[in-house]
Amino acid sequence: MSKKIAVQIDDLTVAYNYKPVLWDIDLEIPEGVLMAIVGPNGAGKSTLIKSVLGILKPIAGSVSIYGKPYEKQRSLVAYVPQKGSVDWDFPTTALDVVMMGTYGSLGWIKRPTQKEKKAALEALEKVGMLPFKNRQISQLSGGQQQRIFLARALVQNASIYFMDEPFQGVDASTEIAIINILKALRKAGKTVIVVHHDLQTVPEYFDWVTFLNVKKIATGPVKDIFNDDNLTKTYGINYKVSIQE
Amino acid sequence: MDITEYIMLVFTDYTLRTITLGTAILGAVTGMLGSFAVLRKQSLLGDAISHAALPGIAIVFLITGAKDSNVLLLGALVSGLIGTFWIRGIISKTHLKSDTALGLILSLFFGFGMLLLTFIQKQPNANQAGLDKYLFGQAATLVESDVWLMAIVTGICLMILLLFWKEFKMLLFDSDFTKTLGFNTKFIDILITSFIVLAIVLGLQTVGVVLMSAMLLAPAAAARQWTNRLSVMVFLSALFGAFSGVFGTAVSASQNNLSTGPVIVIIAGVFVLISFVFSPSRGLLFKQIRFIKNRRDLQLHKTLAFMFRIAETHENISHPHSIKILNNFQGFTKGTLQKLVQKNYVQLNGNMWSLTREGYKTASNLYNQQTENNE
Repeated sequence: MSKKIAVQIDDLTVAYNYKPVLWDIDLEIPEGVLMAIVGPNGAGKSTLIKSVLGILKPIAGSVSIYGKPYEKQRSLVAYVPQKGSVDWDFPTTALDVVMMGTYGSLGWIKRPTQKEKKAALEALEKVGMLPFKNRQISQLSGGQQQRIFLARALVQNASIYFMDEPFQGVDASTEIAIINILKALRKAGKTVIVVHHDLQTVPEYFDWVTFLNVKKIATGPVKDIFNDDNLTKTYGINYKVSIQE
Repeated sequence: MDITEYIMLVFTDYTLRTITLGTAILGAVTGMLGSFAVLRKQSLLGDAISHAALPGIAIVFLITGAKDSNVLLLGALVSGLIGTFWIRGIISKTHLKSDTALGLILSLFFGFGMLLLTFIQKQPNANQAGLDKYLFGQAATLVESDVWLMAIVTGICLMILLLFWKEFKMLLFDSDFTKTLGFNTKFIDILITSFIVLAIVLGLQTVGVVLMSAMLLAPAAAARQWTNRLSVMVFLSALFGAFSGVFGTAVSASQNNLSTGPVIVIIAGVFVLISFVFSPSRGLLFKQIRFIKNRRDLQLHKTLAFMFRIAETHENISHPHSIKILNNFQGFTKGTLQKLVQKNYVQLNGNMWSLTREGYKTASNLYNQQTENNE
């Protein structure tokens, strides 16, 4: 694949109180891949995403998006945080949350107009949540809340999507709905980076994978590097996974 | 003075009008900002800020000897802000949880403030009396210039709120996401917090250090019960706060001059209580009513579903059964059957019960309700 590099991470090191969470990560993510980041709990998967997005401050390293510093390329990047990171009893509606995806392009002070509302409604439609647009968000199921977060990222209309465990705690139908949307994004030439836990589904869902456990273990096409050797290196035990051909 | 006399006086008596207006504005601005504190889960922040303001008042008095409330409140503002940013510092720089940081700053600053107050009282200076009004508040000391100050701050606060509404809302809901969009979350955060400090400091003279946090929390907690929209919540919270101020002043003025601050706080508490019990969607009363109604409906649905299953095995959906047969299976009461008759789902011929066409339709829909409810 001689494609453009969408995300380039150099020498990224993150530490909480002396203990490194991420150690000297170099990572190149080519444009147009649907990539899983896998690794055990505490491997720094979420931390990696959060440092790339500037939510956490790394002690060293740099991140560039299409060759320019992240700060200048924010509009190209969308983010789906972990569902548990917010209070779903917040007094607002599904549509309102999705509208927040348009706030970045609006900038300070400017109010959303009909144009932004239309975009938000379209995103809700894509994730199959249009009938729930006026629901208070606490009255949505876990899977529906996840879809709302996905819709909020879609409305950002970005080139690169970072998603932190979008499949966590969702039922089978939502999982299929989400993966279909991710595959559609890839088809449209977008780059999608997903923190993922279910190793069984990696070969089925993703075409690119990064093994992470504080250090980067391996990165590349799933068909080349998703093997027992790398799994064992990452998870530290003799890990066997049956890869469906 | 009784309450009607008071109402007359509000329009004629200058002092009473000033106090009423002051407490109303104060209630509105603290209620408005309180919504944000509550939604950020920083309910205790108000308590810490108000207590942290006390040493500022004492120090300014010691330095200047001034008793002008505006000068003293400036000291309160500075020391309140210092306390607030120390709390933020402790939370972000150490591993202490926010409740620990709040409690620590609250008691340290309050202790220091009390120390200074006792020191001041020991001074051979006749001017010192009256500083303790900042402990429990004394609305009677409000003068027109105080009310003007409150009104101006409230006006600015309202403007900022409208201007940065979208940013405030997003930060409250998901600050990480806000950051990734390129908004300076620190700036938004400091803006909100500064206004909370300002509102609290303005209330010290009226309600006092000790009770001030209730002005922030009670209206917001009450308002949250009535709505699922942030804008409505902020508006209701301001309204509840303003009413608490007005009613509190009225009660305190008409009942032998009861201390105003505590009365206002208790009235705000009554708003909370009423909201907790009577709110249609979140209140305890309606929750209980819905629970009982659901349980009753479930009984009916169970009976209906049972008859539906029998009916499915017969050619005629209205095949009659004696209650004995129905009872043999699951022990249904005559009561539920009679209720179904009232709803026209079941009919009674002699002592034989049978499903009606409408009952059959409803029963067959019961099984599909799950999907229907999903809209």
